[in-house]
Amino acid sequence: MANGVLAERLENYLEHKTHKGIFAWILSTDHKRIGILYLVSMVTFFWVGVTLGFLMKLEMLTPGKTIVDAQTYNTFFTLHGIIMIFLFIIPGIPAVFGNFFLPIQIGARDVAFPRLNLLSWYLYIIGGLFAIASLFLQGGPIDTGWTFYVPYSIRTTTNVILPLLGAFILGFSSILTGLNFITTVHRLRAPGMTFFRMPLFVWALYATAWIQVVATPVVGITIVLVIIERALHVGIFDPALGGDPLLFQHLFWIYSHPAVYIMILPAMGVVSEIIPTFARRTIFGYKVIAFSSLAIALIGYFVWAHHMFSSGMSNTSRAVFSLLTFLVAVPSGVKVFNWVATLYKGSIELRAPLIYVMMFIFLFSIGGLTGLVLGSLATDVHVTDTYFVVAHFHYVMFGGTAIILFAALHYWFPKMFGKMYYEKLAIWATPFIFIGFNMLYFTMFILGYNGMPRRYWSYLPEYQTLHIISTVGSWILIAGLAIMFGNLIYSLFKGKPAEANPWGGVTLEWQIPSPPPAENFEEIPVVNHGPYDFSIINGNSDGKS
Amino acid sequence: MEKEHKEHLIPYGTYFLVWLSLISLTVLTVTVAGIELGRIALFVALAIAFVKSTLVVSYFMHIKFDDLIFRIFLLVALVTLASIFILTATDIFFR
Ligand code: HEM
Repeated sequence: MANGVLAERLENYLEHKTHKGIFAWILSTDHKRIGILYLVSMVTFFWVGVTLGFLMKLEMLTPGKTIVDAQTYNTFFTLHGIIMIFLFIIPGIPAVFGNFFLPIQIGARDVAFPRLNLLSWYLYIIGGLFAIASLFLQGGPIDTGWTFYVPYSIRTTTNVILPLLGAFILGFSSILTGLNFITTVHRLRAPGMTFFRMPLFVWALYATAWIQVVATPVVGITIVLVIIERALHVGIFDPALGGDPLLFQHLFWIYSHPAVYIMILPAMGVVSEIIPTFARRTIFGYKVIAFSSLAIALIGYFVWAHHMFSSGMSNTSRAVFSLLTFLVAVPSGVKVFNWVATLYKGSIELRAPLIYVMMFIFLFSIGGLTGLVLGSLATDVHVTDTYFVVAHFHYVMFGGTAIILFAALHYWFPKMFGKMYYEKLAIWATPFIFIGFNMLYFTMFILGYNGMPRRYWSYLPEYQTLHIISTVGSWILIAGLAIMFGNLIYSLFKGKPAEANPWGGVTLEWQIPSPPPAENFEEIPVVNHGPYDFSIINGNSDGKS
Repeated sequence: MEKEHKEHLIPYGTYFLVWLSLISLTVLTVTVAGIELGRIALFVALAIAFVKSTLVVSYFMHIKFDDLIFRIFLLVALVTLASIFILTATDIFFR
């Protein structure tokens, strides 16, 4: 293990500057600084997305026009979707926490290709700017929905090509990050860090990286085909030109379904880190959790067409994909049971990160179970394209991944910035988030079940009560988010200095000072036990497992 | 840890032969496209493309001479792709 006392005298990564001013950030190839670059840009995009969500809910306060007209509403949900999916939740945890902690957790000084890593960030920013540039151009912002379905995306007069190019470029960013992580895991593990001694967060990132590398090119090529069709009128997808619109949906979801596992797997990895730390015991079923990540990654490729049950696909296909969809619930269920089993009889310390994790287990379970309603053919036909779907994906993506991103932010905040956040305020934010969230989205399940279609700016008067509750929920939720981020930003300046290991964690990042030295380890550690071996801090430190 | 990767030089002659086969296979693809094969046309075209990419991957990309792990990676990706094709076929051919 690195010698804590000696290491404390090393320059930390925030003091270690290779360039002056802002260039110390935007030209740095240090994986930790790149992680922070992603964090700042991602949180900025997130708040743009939240603002659009807030405006949409405000519009839905009354039937008919409240603040905007139909076309503006169309561009709102499209940009909200594009920002939240491509700029926030897909890069999300891997780009921020993966970059920062993957090398540290396996005992490396950096990722395998540090410059490629910085390039990924630039591609991310360029892609992001492309995606939102259409706001300021003639023709107006894109209004196709984040799914870009043909033939509409080929015929609409709004700016489609720019955001499509944006998504294409973002894809490259994602592929390069994936490649970097796969290579890092294979090549840079510290001596003794065998695959089965890797923290589960690393396993999750590894499985995710494979999806990034194998699935993302499919969406890239699909986007290029849409651009070709739009610009040159070659018949590929548009039936009027002799194309097949269902082919687009297949290609789109062949990427975008595995992409939901790009979103959720890293979050599951974070959960598997936080739970052992705050329950003070090793994770229940380490190998099963590790393998279930791989299983989810693999099965995740074979369920895409459950997004197309009512699109006119063949009946054989509908039955096959409905069946496969049920299979993917199994490894996810395995994880949930293992986490709960780890908490059982643990000596639990209820700190903010663990509260977020529990919120996650609750919200994600609702999201997952309603996913089964959508995965079974017969019930899906009733609720597809209604608010039921909108509720479902907010429960899994927001209640699942975004909530865990917040958990990770609290869990690793002391390590990343060397400051403690204010625990009381952090805990105070959680009831706002939890209550606001459920008011905002649970009502959407009921609305959808009663037939309220998604992507409409107006509705029949009988839906109004539920919409009002939902809109008020959005205000409470956003207040909670503001308290949470406010607390973190304030703590960045005024927080008390953090110790090296404030939570008593046992993975490698807790064995080095906070914030980490520029090169992470003074000496590369030699690993001789599993990742969640609490005997090393519970007195007996010979470290056998 | 994996071993350092061995140098392996492929003679120019081999490269030339591979290139020649790629050209002939391209000619074959174009010729076959002219013949009315109905549904089989797709499979013939895919089969030829498969042989071509195998050649490129094995020789030009050196996979034939590289560590086993890379072949495993490739195999996993290939099996995934094949499964995706088969699953898409459950729609296209049963519509
Ligand atoms: C305060 C936060 C949020 C609010 C108020 C909000 C609200 C909404 C509303 C009202 C819609 C449109 C419903 C419709 O008319 O069909 C929507 C769509 C959507 N939201 Fe959110 N949302 C929030 C956060 C998020 C987050 C964190 C994510 C992702 C992680 C997300 C992803 C999406 C997606 C993908 C769509 C679909 C867009 C489309 O139909 O093309 N949202 N959201």
